[in-house]
Amino acid sequence: MNLETPLTENKINKLKAGDKIYLSGYLYTARDQAHKKLYELIENNKELPINIENAIIYYTGPAPARPGRVIGPCGPTTSYRMDKYTPVLLKMGLKAMIGKGPRSKRVVELIKENKAVYFAATGGAAALLSKRIIDSKVVAYPKLDTEAIRLLKVRDFPLVVINDIYGNDLYDMGKNKYKENKG
Amino acid sequence: MRKIDSEIISKNISQAVQTANFSLDIKLLSMLEDAVKKEQSSLGKNILKNLIKNAQIAEQEKIAICQDTGIVVIFIKIGNQIQIQGDLYEAVNRGIKTGYNKGYLRKSVVKDPFNRENTEDNTPAVIYIENVLGDSLEFNILIKGAGSENMSQINMFSPTASKGEIIDFIIDTVQRAGANACPPYIMGIGIGGTFEKAALLSKKALLKEKTEDSSIRIFEKRILKEINKTGIGPAGLGGIVTALDVRILKHPCHIASLPVAVNINCHASRHIKISI
Repeated sequence: MNLETPLTENKINKLKAGDKIYLSGYLYTARDQAHKKLYELIENNKELPINIENAIIYYTGPAPARPGRVIGPCGPTTSYRMDKYTPVLLKMGLKAMIGKGPRSKRVVELIKENKAVYFAATGGAAALLSKRIIDSKVVAYPKLDTEAIRLLKVRDFPLVVINDIYGNDLYDMGKNKYKENKG
Repeated sequence: MRKIDSEIISKNISQAVQTANFSLDIKLLSMLEDAVKKEQSSLGKNILKNLIKNAQIAEQEKIAICQDTGIVVIFIKIGNQIQIQGDLYEAVNRGIKTGYNKGYLRKSVVKDPFNRENTEDNTPAVIYIENVLGDSLEFNILIKGAGSENMSQINMFSPTASKGEIIDFIIDTVQRAGANACPPYIMGIGIGGTFEKAALLSKKALLKEKTEDSSIRIFEKRILKEINKTGIGPAGLGGIVTALDVRILKHPCHIASLPVAVNINCHASRHIKISI
């Protein structure tokens, strides 16, 4: 299904774990060090360099772009490392996250409570994914280089819904369906 | 004595790290193609097809297969008839620096585990040197991403532990890795030696080409079968292909010890072997 940003409540209500999505629009990149910095600003009641409300964060640190390219290979990094910083961002209105791998119980609960969504992009498909990014600019923490916060414009960015607002988790569903050793 | 200029080593390493980051080896590609046929989950099949497509794009456009272009781990075999003119470590790291810049590869190494300042050239590599007889110089290079490295485990078993207990530990490691380490996995398993030897063997096992010991081959197949019963599947979305291969290396050990190390590699197993 095609989906465009911003992700309104109406659009998020329709998303179910296991749905294949082609996302178009704008998203931010942020990974470990950027999350740490954002979290410290929030703790000290300081203003953030990006507006979290209704935002989408993609956990990635792209490789450098070859000349003439928008961005270098750009696949997801493992999401659990961001779990400790995510609850406060969800409470501030973060609408979606893109990464790979399961989230903490707390994050999954807050996704449901705050009507947000967690998508997976295919880990290791960085060359393919970079083709769907049509614009990229660093908007905060340029010194972090690959870990800087970028604003990306994407077209038909391929994703799968992992955690929806109904409390479903595709990682659990998928594993339970195909596992042979019960228990 | 065969003399080798360190500059030649740098040039070869620079080329090799780029090739390894742009091109999946044919053996791995054919494993992925087999996996597409085997996989029952349609989401899983789709992931595997995209991984093959991704590899084709990376190869054609000379861009990295994965943005995590890793820390470089190199196993060097150096013959006793070889004399290197210059510093071998320095030559290898200089090659990596050049290769990572020329190839637009991500610099993922920090100077210090605490202050996290990037070295900005992806050095230093993790280098192991083995002395052999003869006049050969061989570099077995592994590009190791952190997603899979972070999910690796070691366990010091009692010497009376059964193969079943070892399998349980390996399965537990795979379960914990789940979707995090980019399945389907290549599993490197080091059995025996000491604490650090087992870990080193597990890393080396990722580069193992074939198993001659038939009892080990049977054990590898048994482990692979058990891993593929977990249901984790490609990208962890559910399926029957959770690992592509299991590779074991073993070593003599103390009467009281049975170390087992499990080093996971993601599906983008990037490696290259060169001789100079």
